Amino acid sequence: MNFLHMTESNFSLKKIEISVSEAEKRTGRNAMNMQETYTAYLIETRSVEHSDGQSVLTDSLWRRYSEFELLRNYLLVYYPHIVVPPLPEKRAEFVWHKLSADNMDPDFVERRRIGLENFLLRLASHPILCRDKIFYLFLTQEGNWKETVNETGFQLKADSRLKALNATFRVKNPDKRFIELKHYSDELQSVISHLLRVRARVADRLYGVYKVHGNYGRVFSEWSAIEKEMGDGLQSAGHHMDVYASSIDDILEDEEHYADQLKEYLFYAEALRAVCRKHELMQYDLEMAAQDLASKKQQCEELATGTVRTFSLKGMTTKLFGQETPEQREARIKMLEEQIKEGEQQLKSKNLEGREFVKNAWADIERFKEQKNHDLKEALISYAVMQISMCKKGIQVWTNAKECFSKM
Amino acid sequence: MGKLGEAGLAATAGPARTLGMEGECRASQARSWGLPAGGAGRDSPGGDAPLPGSISSSALLQTEVLDLDEDEDDLEVFSKDASLMDMNSFSPLMPTSPLSMINQVKFEDEPDLKDLFITVDEPESHVTTIETFITYRIITKTSRGEFDSSEFEVRRRYQDFLWLKEKLEEAHPTLIIPPLPEKFIVKGMVERFNDDFIETRRKALHKFLNRIADHPTLTFNEDFKIFLTAEAWEFSSHKKQGPGLLSRMGQSVRAVALSMKGVKSRPEEFMEMNNFIEIFSHKINLIDKISQRIYKEEREYLDEMKEYGPIHILWSASEEDLADTLKSVASCIDECCKATEKRMSGLSEALLPVVHEYVLYSEMLMAVMKRRDQIQAELDSKVEALTSKKADTDLLTEEIGKLEDKVECANNALKADWDRWRQNMQNDIKSAFTNMAEENILYYEQSFVASGSFPVSWLFASGGQSTGGSFIFSISPSSEYSGFISFRIYWFDFAVQGTLKSLLQYHSSKTSILWHSAFFMVQLSHLYMTTGKTT
Repeated sequence: MNFLHMTESNFSLKKIEISVSEAEKRTGRNAMNMQETYTAYLIETRSVEHSDGQSVLTDSLWRRYSEFELLRNYLLVYYPHIVVPPLPEKRAEFVWHKLSADNMDPDFVERRRIGLENFLLRLASHPILCRDKIFYLFLTQEGNWKETVNETGFQLKADSRLKALNATFRVKNPDKRFIELKHYSDELQSVISHLLRVRARVADRLYGVYKVHGNYGRVFSEWSAIEKEMGDGLQSAGHHMDVYASSIDDILEDEEHYADQLKEYLFYAEALRAVCRKHELMQYDLEMAAQDLASKKQQCEELATGTVRTFSLKGMTTKLFGQETPEQREARIKMLEEQIKEGEQQLKSKNLEGREFVKNAWADIERFKEQKNHDLKEALISYAVMQISMCKKGIQVWTNAKECFSKM
Repeated sequence: MGKLGEAGLAATAGPARTLGMEGECRASQARSWGLPAGGAGRDSPGGDAPLPGSISSSALLQTEVLDLDEDEDDLEVFSKDASLMDMNSFSPLMPTSPLSMINQVKFEDEPDLKDLFITVDEPESHVTTIETFITYRIITKTSRGEFDSSEFEVRRRYQDFLWLKEKLEEAHPTLIIPPLPEKFIVKGMVERFNDDFIETRRKALHKFLNRIADHPTLTFNEDFKIFLTAEAWEFSSHKKQGPGLLSRMGQSVRAVALSMKGVKSRPEEFMEMNNFIEIFSHKINLIDKISQRIYKEEREYLDEMKEYGPIHILWSASEEDLADTLKSVASCIDECCKATEKRMSGLSEALLPVVHEYVLYSEMLMAVMKRRDQIQAELDSKVEALTSKKADTDLLTEEIGKLEDKVECANNALKADWDRWRQNMQNDIKSAFTNMAEENILYYEQSFVASGSFPVSWLFASGGQSTGGSFIFSISPSSEYSGFISFRIYWFDFAVQGTLKSLLQYHSSKTSILWHSAFFMVQLSHLYMTTGKTT
């Protein structure tokens, strides 16, 4: 379906700009006709003209978080071999005391807005996902989009969790690389969540250190009233203490963005595992089909040669109730042979599917690995940069304070 | 008397110091030389403007000084004040001009003139059947003639310091005696013999003795000398002398009774002083609390940071490409930890003990004010007795005369000591806070260096260029990811226009960041800037 030139192979940010520019609190009625409050996000799409770099607003619509979730769930079903970008967290986790865990908190909403924009940009820059029609409609068709998605019937096509779990336990011969990938994603998840937890505690403590210094400001100011010579020095030093104490707010806000970058990869670990699970499911399916085929072949052989090497119910019943007639036997052999032929076809196609899946999945995983290394490296560097900036501010404030003290 | 000649010169140690304290008494004595004892000026209330009253009191003092050797017993009431004139030093009776005395006051705290050096160290635990206690070794080095030797080494326990302090307070009720460290610390102390506690106490005791040594009057106190020099048996027998328990109790009962009466009229300057002390006490207590709290928060921050670094090392084990970066972050964090530890130890050396000492000083000051008020109250009550009962007028008048002198001396002593204390306090507080600021600067500088050494060289892969030590920031559309704007970030002195928020929204399609170095000339090349907001 060729709906727009925009979704051709060059769907890149050079042609299109997507932004989640606003967030708004709304009230409405939910499915159970109860009043609820939710936040809606404005998605704006602009196309950029080559020549002059000017952008023109082509679409703008409002979406809420649950619609993003719906989009992602759809993509998970239709692109199981792709590491689908994760959504920002539904509820605030790894909070330290200043951040509220409330979904309506403006800071949380703002960070979520950024996270949702990031999600859309990731989709738009993915060579395969960017061409998806439902994604395109998500950006362009406000009303009726939910119905359109549901009409695809993707929920039915989804693999049941139970089936997947079963496959994970019973699969005999999955591709080694997927086993390693699963271990890696477990480790990644565990180490990032540990890091985020400790970071939150460090932030909390740092906040405490800075803020208590603010008390000096107040006391110095009161003390300066009774001092003649020391008064001015105390007063101005107190002012610098106040500056110092309030500087932590910006510092920690910037650090939250760093934490959000790490969180994205924390959630990516789950996306990696999803691909591994799909492989295990397919592999298990393949193994079951092969096993089934093998047993049918054996049954056929036994019937043909008359030897019973394996236990079979038919064998038992024949012993108890007498042998079957040659016609019956022929009929059964014929049926089995047909089933075997079918089975061989299926096995072949399953094999092909499996290999295709592994090939495509692995290509996307390689792409993902490079993206991850690049992004995380930059995030870590930006963290070092933040520390530098914090140190510079600290040096400045304390140098000023020292000057005031030495003038006392 | 040969020594008088020396005393007249400026800048000799011992004798000069004594003069500093009772300068005013002496001066007035000199002026009033020749007035008959019990002379004029009785009507002036004691404790008022020193000069008029002092004429009479000084005459009395003069007489006492001359009679000192014969009539010591009668002077019991005055003996404590008389020690202002310190019988032990060869305090010259020669009048010296007020100006030279003021000059001598200034020399007090100069180190080259110090002739008494005291150290407190080597705490040792002693176990007896009854108790366990700690003694501290006290080494005294001196060039003063009145000391039998030039070096002494004794061992004293906290109780002995308490004794010394009480003796000093008895002898000089309106001088500002340096504070002793507390007997017990209320919170956070599990046992008395915890190492940190002992060390903190040792340092405070060292400070205590040195402050006494630096004090122009207290340094010549006889009990102080005995404390520093006497052997154990000699010392304990000396301690047993002095007013017995009962008489001491009697005195304190009287003192309480007097203070209950309240002070009729505290002179203006002492009202101001009292006001200052109240406010100062409140503020310094707050500062003590704040400083302790900061120390505690820093300790907890350090504990968390110690866990933070190793997680990055753990992570690097499962990553290939990121391992180096992660290890660098871990080492930055470790450096930060070291810097924090250093900062904390700096604070506990330079700031916390000073602030705490002044908390104790503020309590001391309140006690001094009280004692001054008591002395005045004594006088006031006698004056009242005089005006109400007419009996025994002569005796009362005489007593009042003595009391007026006592009040005047007490007030003068306090005033002079007060100025000295204010000056010292200012210096101590100033240097304590300056040190605190310095510690913080060092901390941030150390962390700055640690973070700044973060290796970014491998980011120069594409689109970067360095110009002799400066680095370039460039935003270039990355060829690998058609969707992303990726950029390289450089370190060392850049000013961010807009917030770091925009930097970190690296995926934002409206990113536009302009970076420039504050210190280096940056050549921006390969810049790709999109129009849009810069905030």
